[in-house]
Amino acid sequence: MNPQILVDGLIAGAMYGLGAIGVTLTYSILRFANFAHSELLTFGAYAALALSSALGVLSAGLLAPLGPFSFGWSLPLAAITAMALTGLLALAVDAVLFGRLRARRSSIIVMVMASFGAALTLRSLLEFVFTSKPAYFTRELQIALPLGGGMRATPDQLLALVLAIALVVAVHLLLTRTAIGRSMRAVSENQALAGVVGVDVRRVIRVVWLLGAVLACVAGIMAGLLVQLRPYMGFDLLLPLFAAAILGGIGSVPGAMLAGLIVGLAEAGTVQLVGAEWRTAVAFIILVLVLLLRPHGLFGRPQA
Amino acid sequence: MSVELIAYGCFFLTVALTYAIMCLGLNLQWGQTGLFNVGIAGFVAIGAYVSALLTTPDTAGRLGGFGLPMAVGWLGGALAAALVSYLVGRLTIRLRADYLAIATFGIAAAVQLCALNLEPVTGGPFGIGFIPRPFAAEAGNPLLFSLLNLALLVIVVLLLYLGLERLVRSPWGRVLRAIREDETAALALGKSATRFRLQAFAIGGGIMGLAGAAQAHFIGFIAPENYLPMLTFQVWAMLIVGGSGNNRGAILGAVLVWGIWAVSAALIAAVFDPAQQARAASLQIAIIGVAICAVLLLRPQGILGEIRTISRHLPSRAGKAQTAESRPE
Repeated sequence: MNPQILVDGLIAGAMYGLGAIGVTLTYSILRFANFAHSELLTFGAYAALALSSALGVLSAGLLAPLGPFSFGWSLPLAAITAMALTGLLALAVDAVLFGRLRARRSSIIVMVMASFGAALTLRSLLEFVFTSKPAYFTRELQIALPLGGGMRATPDQLLALVLAIALVVAVHLLLTRTAIGRSMRAVSENQALAGVVGVDVRRVIRVVWLLGAVLACVAGIMAGLLVQLRPYMGFDLLLPLFAAAILGGIGSVPGAMLAGLIVGLAEAGTVQLVGAEWRTAVAFIILVLVLLLRPHGLFGRPQA
Repeated sequence: MSVELIAYGCFFLTVALTYAIMCLGLNLQWGQTGLFNVGIAGFVAIGAYVSALLTTPDTAGRLGGFGLPMAVGWLGGALAAALVSYLVGRLTIRLRADYLAIATFGIAAAVQLCALNLEPVTGGPFGIGFIPRPFAAEAGNPLLFSLLNLALLVIVVLLLYLGLERLVRSPWGRVLRAIREDETAALALGKSATRFRLQAFAIGGGIMGLAGAAQAHFIGFIAPENYLPMLTFQVWAMLIVGGSGNNRGAILGAVLVWGIWAVSAALIAAVFDPAQQARAASLQIAIIGVAICAVLLLRPQGILGEIRTISRHLPSRAGKAQTAESRPE
């Protein structure tokens, strides 16, 4: 067994974990599987690409690589703006579509279907604007650093891993240590009851959309930086993200991250042992196994 | 009216009717029973591939080509799709409603992957060609050929429609709607929600498989890229626009949305220069997405809403309900 599997799996898994946290939070609080979450990822990545290129045109110095990394100051600056834009997009879609359906007390499945329509529209518009040609944040080549034990990783990959872990810890602290986090957990527990005791449910829903969108944006930028940007990049991640969210247990942030890493490692192992063409089947097999053996996931609670 | 125009009209309608079959299958799953299937493309692909394997002549380097009659292929395709639906249903139907959506989404991805990678069975990315076409003997006469094909599809759709209408109005159909509307009440009356749902899901999946088989034989060639998730979205748009819960709505929606699709493709071909056409095609998909959202928001019942049906053993009330509920146009 090649130890490089570990590095590849952890890095892909960190990306899945970040995306899956967004899925699991919106799922537990808004109570539907949002198939449009993957499009927030794609949107965030492309928004960062457009902004970063624009900054590069304004001042070429911003494109000069930062230290060991492949990108210059333009990318982190663009990323912050892209997060805000992705958050705004999520709020806008909620105001136009999901909010109205919620107000009408539409069933879960109508919401899921609406998320399908929204995903289709967003993805196609992104494809129209940016074309289906793959795009890249930078064309810099990076030398992978030896990590010992025969493992190698590029500085970008290590940064992504560290950033993902930091974000998970931050979200976990937000949920467990702050007032808004307590409100969020209350709403996910019982929306009506939380409303009765004075939790501003609409505010909680806005915060969840913003949080999910920001995490999706970061995951999208990572995917774009480590692999490439394509209009279908988010869509192709949808199955691993759902598999991770369900394996981790809906609503559990540490669970989503851990499950993301498991999915990432399983995929890396499959690529090595079975063949790269079967990589996308891994998430499906994990999903089927979880649904068969432990439908509430690793850290979720069984549904009544 | 030239012969080509009639032949094209027949071709258009024949393709639209294959979609109508998928739509009828989805209507049984979603419209009648409230089961959300996001893997339509997968079930259609299973039907198409199984039928193609059963009916194509023996091919070197690929499993089968059993050269069986076309009817066996269609039946086999439908049965295989029904079996897979049953297994997926067994796994997820008792769980929360949207797990079925995620699982079917996964099934479609897995089927696509198998079609692409299991080259000795499915022909891999090149697909399977030389699938026998109905009335191939008449292929020399395009008009007669397309008319016969259309007639065959019309008969299949009509038979399915009549069969499904009968099912929907039967006690079995009423139980499905009872479960959809109020599961607890149905359970209290001693109906096993899981079993009825599973039956509806398997039959609906089988109908989708039949549609896949019919389409494969009509076109004569199948490849994995025919069964991308886009197909699933198209069928969903058809059912939602036409009116879910209404079999006539399913057929109307299929013809209408396929018409919009064909016209928008022609428009894009006319408006954009060839270099931009692939890009502009994404606008077509955006139209489908907007249509789904708009109908959900503005007219959730679709063009033809669901028709309320009650037991025909209650003649007086049934008659009254029919007049009171006669479709609001």
